[in-house]
Amino acid sequence: MYRYDEFDHQFVRDRAARFREQVARRLDGSLTETEFKPLRLQNGVYLQLHAYMLRIAIPYGTLSSRQMDRLADIAERWDRGYGHFTTRQNIQFNWPQLKDIPDILDALAEVEMHAIQTSGNCVRNVTADHYAGAAADEIEDPRPLAEILRQWSTGHPEFAFLPRKFKIAVTGAPQDRAAVKAHDIGLITTRNADGQVGYEVLVGGGLGRTPMIGKTIREFLPKDDALPYIEAILRVYNLYGRRDNKYKARIKILVHEEGLEKIRAEVEEEFAARRAEGSKAAPDAAQVAKIRGYFGGPSLAKRPAVSETLQQALVADPGLAAWIEANMAAHRTPGYAVATISLKPIGGAPGDATAAQMRVVADLARRYSADEIRVSHEQNLVLPHLALNDVPAVYAALKAAALATANAGQVTDIIACPGLDYCALATARSIPIAQEVSNRFGEGARAREIGELKIKISGCINACGHHHLGHIGVLGLEKGGVESYQITLGGDATETAAIGDRIGPGLAYDEVAPAVERLVEAYLAHRAGPEERFIDAYRRLGPDPFKAAVYDAAPVTV
Amino acid sequence: MKVKSDFHIVSANLLLEGDIVYRTAGGGWSRAWRDAAVSHGREAADALLASAAAEPHLVVDAQLAPVFLDAAGQARPATLRERIRALGPTTRTDLGKQADLAPEALPGALEAA
Repeated sequence: MYRYDEFDHQFVRDRAARFREQVARRLDGSLTETEFKPLRLQNGVYLQLHAYMLRIAIPYGTLSSRQMDRLADIAERWDRGYGHFTTRQNIQFNWPQLKDIPDILDALAEVEMHAIQTSGNCVRNVTADHYAGAAADEIEDPRPLAEILRQWSTGHPEFAFLPRKFKIAVTGAPQDRAAVKAHDIGLITTRNADGQVGYEVLVGGGLGRTPMIGKTIREFLPKDDALPYIEAILRVYNLYGRRDNKYKARIKILVHEEGLEKIRAEVEEEFAARRAEGSKAAPDAAQVAKIRGYFGGPSLAKRPAVSETLQQALVADPGLAAWIEANMAAHRTPGYAVATISLKPIGGAPGDATAAQMRVVADLARRYSADEIRVSHEQNLVLPHLALNDVPAVYAALKAAALATANAGQVTDIIACPGLDYCALATARSIPIAQEVSNRFGEGARAREIGELKIKISGCINACGHHHLGHIGVLGLEKGGVESYQITLGGDATETAAIGDRIGPGLAYDEVAPAVERLVEAYLAHRAGPEERFIDAYRRLGPDPFKAAVYDAAPVTV
Repeated sequence: MKVKSDFHIVSANLLLEGDIVYRTAGGGWSRAWRDAAVSHGREAADALLASAAAEPHLVVDAQLAPVFLDAAGQARPATLRERIRALGPTTRTDLGKQADLAPEALPGALEAA
């Protein structure tokens, strides 16, 4: 894992100290709320429906045990005993008091964490594949580039006031687990015809009120050119991005309005100029080598590919078998696995974890996973380096902490934003919709029979719940003073990314979960076989049988 | 949510803690919904909001919320948003005002908008 150098430590400590002074000046009246608001937002402090909310960055979703323990400390000491992991691989605390936030930032700085650039029109937390450095299908770990981007973009004065916020995601594997095509810039690690490793660069992806899939602006970018090229994209965006209308200010609108070819030409020209003058953005080889060294991966003992211990435990515990089937993925090293810890207990709030659960995960990572934890954009946690021999013990500990739900990727592994239960921007509730859908399907044979099914729920048009990318998407709006939910089908967050199609009029709150259940029943009735996933059946059949399932039952539409 | 009503209350968040408070008839602030002053008519609503907004050292984000009066003349939130603010998350009854305050300090059932 990356470790802060003295510059990082000093920078983060200074920012925390400066925020403490800014809070004091707000409280003594030296700063008005108008003056203070942008300062608190630059430090991740929002004012939400009930209270302040603190959003903490988790760069590329990687946490150490010590950091997770500190998040648990914060939840207990300064919040209400839990935290909410988000689709941005961040964590949010929903109840901090402003007077305590300087102390929280100090506590974070001690463990190399902060809340900088988790708000505002700047480059936000760079996200990555949550299996990075562990996945069997990986070409190269995406996190060294993500870390270089983090260092470059943090406090970058030229990009502190972009037309709008800017999100970058990187995947090191051809299977896209990081939804890179839905980001302002998406980077896909690839090889060219000579076998050289580099990046396919996409630009102009995004969700919100104008969802778009990113377009390939460069088929292949050599690794050493990554930072100057990304800097060129940011410069072009900063110059030409619209500032007259916040709803048209994202780079996706610029690419859409100007056309990809024109933007590509501008970027290439800027890139060539940057190279000619010797881009100051490009880190030198020694820096790059140092950063790559941090991500070399743990030294894993050689183990047989098959674990007798695990085989014996499987015979004795069918629950373990179900958990392995759903929640474990292939590791690049024989004898190891990547395990997803579901934060989607049946009927629970997606992404929430108690302080006690955070400590259990920290302890398991310390003992069994080379001290590493990942946060996924699907609002789950990951132990990336588990020896197969240790899986039974890890499963038992997770089960005791109510963290062993065997549902990763299944119908109950639902993404949901905080919605109207917490969020000041929301127009409808998300969490209780997810809870009811989850309760209807439960954990067991029926959910396993349904197979892979991605349900994603947003409580407003801003789409923090990625509803556009759900095989089944649910968007909560307000119509005539009551909640109204639009259903979309056919969305896809992976390398075959697609925006879902809206299938008809909005549904009343009480109608959503039954409609989702009918959609799933229609899928089961029409699928070619168990191997045909919901998304594949939808692509083959089109919307008609699914529309009929939702609307022929005459639900209340609003 | 846009709901028309002639009656309004003013809510805000305490600057220091962030807790939601309501403007009272006496010109103070209370955490309890039932202490909220209810304005009648646009002019009174604007005056209530102006008095609240004049205290930026105490509160932030002062805002009007439409209410309905029940048969007993008690104010009830006219929107789901305001009801959730007044009670707490619908999914966690152990959080928010519904957990911190006595039932009589909270609003009654949501009136149909």
